[in-house]
Amino acid sequence: MRKKNIWLTLMASIVFIFLIIPLFIVVVTAFGESPSIQFPIKGFSLQWFGEVFKTKSFMRGMKTSLFISIWATVASIIIGVPAAYALARGTVKRRALLKNVFLSPTFVPGIVIGFALFQFLTIKLQMKIITSLFLGHFLISLPYIIRVVGSSLEHFDFSIEEAAWTLGCTKTKSFVKVVLPNISSGIFASFMLAFINSFNNIPVSMFLSGPGVQTLPIALMNHIEYNYDPTVSAMSVMLMLCTILLMWVIEKTLGLATIA
Amino acid sequence: MGFVELKNIDLSYDGSKYILKDLNLTIEKGELVSLLGPSGCGKTTTLRIIAGLINPNSGSFIVDGENLTNVPVHKRNFGMVFQSYALFPHMTVFDNVAFGLKNRKMDKNTIKEKVGRILEVTDLSQFAGRFPKQMSGGQRQRVALARALVVEPKLLLLDEPLSNLDAKLRISMRTEIKRIQQKLGITTVFVTHDQEECFSISDKVAVMNNGDIEQYDTPENIYKYPSTEFVARFIGFDNFFNVEKANYHNYKDIFGHQFVIDYEDSRTQAVATIRPDDIQVVPEDSNMNSIKGIVDVRTFLGDSYQYEIKTELGKINVNHKSEKPYQQGDAVYLLMPSNKIILV
Repeated sequence: MRKKNIWLTLMASIVFIFLIIPLFIVVVTAFGESPSIQFPIKGFSLQWFGEVFKTKSFMRGMKTSLFISIWATVASIIIGVPAAYALARGTVKRRALLKNVFLSPTFVPGIVIGFALFQFLTIKLQMKIITSLFLGHFLISLPYIIRVVGSSLEHFDFSIEEAAWTLGCTKTKSFVKVVLPNISSGIFASFMLAFINSFNNIPVSMFLSGPGVQTLPIALMNHIEYNYDPTVSAMSVMLMLCTILLMWVIEKTLGLATIA
Repeated sequence: MGFVELKNIDLSYDGSKYILKDLNLTIEKGELVSLLGPSGCGKTTTLRIIAGLINPNSGSFIVDGENLTNVPVHKRNFGMVFQSYALFPHMTVFDNVAFGLKNRKMDKNTIKEKVGRILEVTDLSQFAGRFPKQMSGGQRQRVALARALVVEPKLLLLDEPLSNLDAKLRISMRTEIKRIQQKLGITTVFVTHDQEECFSISDKVAVMNNGDIEQYDTPENIYKYPSTEFVARFIGFDNFFNVEKANYHNYKDIFGHQFVIDYEDSRTQAVATIRPDDIQVVPEDSNMNSIKGIVDVRTFLGDSYQYEIKTELGKINVNHKSEKPYQQGDAVYLLMPSNKIILV
């Protein structure tokens, strides 16, 4: 028994180190003085963090990313919450099939979705870049909303809603007054999760970005292609901190366990 | 014409399997009527049709002369108490109770006054600021009742409201429900699967089976004179055997045993039944109403013994109190008093 525990601890440690080392290296390289990424670093400097804000493509990417991610997530909340409700309430025929259709974007590789959207939205429909980016991100955010809100509706006692009806509330009003307040933490968590996922997405954004309009991860990728400097590391460190902060907020509101 | 009338209600989800079939029920004003039956008999479904949560395929539902069949749930003005209580977790007791009044767009002072009064009736005044999570089962139950009553509903609907409470609380709550119901004189429909609970508080009981009402009568009449074998079994009758009428009150079973039965019945063929508690175990034969048997299984019930006794009529179950219990294999005579045998 004792021996097993040692092995388990050892294996867990190795996996943990394996996961954390690349991140650790990225973080360290952000503080080097040399103009190209090096490990271990020589000297210590915070200049690359300042450099991030001077890089125009980063700032534009940041703006695009925030705009796209926020609106795409909001839109998928507006569509996804009622959809999750309908799926959970069980008045819909072929519930299992519909659920799978809604969740399918998580099973299909991002590259495939990205390419399909590129073919359809950009080439066939000649949409504006920003519109197709929005639609693409909406599509990849929706499953997260439906999944997380759906799981918080699973434990929901729908007789609460029926009680509201018997007390003179219409169905729409009951949904707003009684259902929504009791799944708000689920909605908030799903929003955070979908937002992070959308903000970090590369495969879909890669196909749908175009001249002048690109999301932050794409801007970072393009930057690395030509400049191998620690600005990218500094940017990554800041994004990591933001993600950690968001995850912490989710943990506090709902608990990560309910999402997994 | 009754205050509440369900007429020819049919309900089926697929058009072939009927959950309710041609159900009829009449309730007088101020009555407390129970729907009693095993799970799956359609009692909760009937209540939900009354509430407007389910629409029947056909039939009509009338309250106080007004046809409500197609009136949606939120316009019916009925109070309903759910099995899970269904309190709003994000609202205080006061807001829970005030919810229905706010929907009716009453002004704040009237709401405050009405909620205050009903909280007093239900003995909840000191809990007005609490959330449902901070309260015990019995208290939540009373909040649910207060919330349903405060809107002065035409009908009060109770869906197994006591099933989540412990045995002691259940008894005090059912008395409480009866007290409030009588005080307010509100017509009430109560759904339960618990025979004792239902008999203790109801003015009338509808025993349901397979989507239809088997018997609708006062608790006393149902207890004493069940009209069908199903009802008899459900309320504790056992030991069914066929009898044939000889003359007037004299009956014979297929083996020629003679029974005098007080029951008024015109049929020549019937099924006789008697509760295990009502059979007497006697050491000697008497020529009427008795049969011979051998003790097969004995179980201890606390205040009595339950015997399974092998007789010509098959196994007969008897509950018998005695200082000296009978042993397996003992020969005994079973006496069935003429006023305890029922024909169904």
